[in-house]
Amino acid sequence: MVNFGLLYMEIATAALGLMLLAWGLLVPKRERQGIAYLTAAGLLALLALAWCTRGAAGTVLPGYTIDLYSIYFKSLFLTAAFLATICSFDYVAKMGFNQGEYYALLVFATLGMMVLATSGELITLYLGLELMAITFYILVAYRLDDPKSAEAGIKYLLLGALSSAILLYGFSLIYGTCGSTVLREIGKRISSGQADFALLLGLIFVIAGFSFKVTAVPFHMWAPDVYEGAPTPITAFLSVGSKAAAFAALIRILFLGFDNQAFLWLPLVTVLSVLSMVLGNLVAIPQKNVKRLLAYSSVAQGGYLLLGIVSASLLGIGAILYYAMIYVFANMGAFMAATAFYNNDRSDEIKDYAGLARRAPLVAAVMLFSVASLAGIPPLAGFPGKLYLFSSVVARDYSYLWLALLGLLMSAVSVYYYLQIVKAMYTGNPAPQKGALQVSRGMEVAMLLVLGILFFLGIYPTPLTNYAFKAGETLFMP
Amino acid sequence: MPDSQAVFFWLLAALVIGSALAVVLLKNIVHSALYLFLTFVGVAGLYILLHAEFLAAVQLLIYAGAIAVLIVFAVMLVRRGDIRLSNLYSIHFLPALVVSLVLFALVAVAVGRQLWLGYLAPPPEEPLVSLARNFLGEYVIAFEVAAILLLSAIVGAVLIVRGRRRSAP
Repeated sequence: MVNFGLLYMEIATAALGLMLLAWGLLVPKRERQGIAYLTAAGLLALLALAWCTRGAAGTVLPGYTIDLYSIYFKSLFLTAAFLATICSFDYVAKMGFNQGEYYALLVFATLGMMVLATSGELITLYLGLELMAITFYILVAYRLDDPKSAEAGIKYLLLGALSSAILLYGFSLIYGTCGSTVLREIGKRISSGQADFALLLGLIFVIAGFSFKVTAVPFHMWAPDVYEGAPTPITAFLSVGSKAAAFAALIRILFLGFDNQAFLWLPLVTVLSVLSMVLGNLVAIPQKNVKRLLAYSSVAQGGYLLLGIVSASLLGIGAILYYAMIYVFANMGAFMAATAFYNNDRSDEIKDYAGLARRAPLVAAVMLFSVASLAGIPPLAGFPGKLYLFSSVVARDYSYLWLALLGLLMSAVSVYYYLQIVKAMYTGNPAPQKGALQVSRGMEVAMLLVLGILFFLGIYPTPLTNYAFKAGETLFMP
Repeated sequence: MPDSQAVFFWLLAALVIGSALAVVLLKNIVHSALYLFLTFVGVAGLYILLHAEFLAAVQLLIYAGAIAVLIVFAVMLVRRGDIRLSNLYSIHFLPALVVSLVLFALVAVAVGRQLWLGYLAPPPEEPLVSLARNFLGEYVIAFEVAAILLLSAIVGAVLIVRGRRRSAP
């Protein structure tokens, strides 16, 4: 008998989304601010549920397995969605329309990520991916009075549809050669060492399709424009949530379905990782817009995360899981600061950040420590994350040492452009007519929370490390 | 005696590929839309050859019937008959041609050299029953996710098309 009770997380998330949709239509227009608080409370409750039931395990349907790995990623998505919701309070209220739908779509995107990260069966996995992608197409184009947002939405839609087509073609080739859509079954049917040309092509298409989602070079072209045009909280959610979900699925596909074909996909992933690290970091240097800069930085971070796959070990997967969670807090922190600034000054240009430290010490501090964590400077949480990733590559084989050194070198490069924002904030002079920044109480609390977590996990990373590595282990259990 | 199924297959394949090429290459969008209709019909024919009659009927009703008509409507509303008016610059024709041909050659080689397992599977006795069983059995999660996906898509389409209401505070 199928145990549908194990789907409690997915069902609860879907219920929350549907409730928000109905709520948005029923409640009078003046009282709709409540929807934002309701969303935040609902997501927090779901997060608590995920934490309390982290021991849940079992198979619902062939390929759809609830394990610690999927619960870890669900908690990650819920954290990101929660922070994005807090980030959206003022931003969406200032847009002044369709709030219920905004938050409902945000929750549905989270649901899509959950299905994508949990499913070990290609059809369900694809539908999860599409649910995530289609809600994001809408959310990216949400600033209806801004042509830049519409342009971002259309670009994302067209390139996203193209990547889906490539991915589906890859799936069809894999299904054609193996006769199954369940990943573990595929893994059993492929005899080791056999290089099947159609299978190889399918695998290349699948990796290319996911490379769009994790913004790996050369499939990153959409990222800067989409990140710049989208509403800032959505950019933040897109850059952490969508990327982490794609990584969760990619790891599942490569390690469950194609574990003994590693000699085929390892060179591909290595190339993607090197290109992303080098190009992402170098192109970020001349950027003048904070959101574009963070877009290229996110391309580079995708490159670091791919290193964990290159290591093809438990250590590497645990490192990806750990770093993905840290990336949520660091990137969300940076985007929260950018949102707070935009809500006041309506600008995303780095030169306008001049003197921000004097106008809003907390916002400037959050930006400073978030980008420092992204760059991997101790004692912030990004440092152990990068340490795990780089050491996992070296632990695999000393001939990969150059890869870790390249990662280190590129991290050093990234410090330069991150510090450009910091320099503007701390040494520049604010324009004389600009007063202190107005930041809502909820946002301040969230910022302090992010700062606290970045420092705590930087100094004492053990709890999250243990959790992440235990989650990585469950992936390989039968 | 030639295998009648093979003859039909090649005829339909030629129809699908020929009309798909016409969709991409023709300058007039209305003609493209009409050839798209023909492509859908050809694919429906392929489904019948695979003993998936229900899928063929759905393909005809939804794709050939509804979507093709919708596209013609969209063309009518946009009122730009010539593709060059809406696609202003298409300067990468040659590189695109080379890349697609190379990709085509790769895929053709891969598909040609492979022994496809799909050949071995017999068609189900009652296609409609097994379809329903799969939708509400093995693939029920995908089925329900598709429902939420369609709901989100409709909400989004209405939101974006209606635009910002002037009465907003």
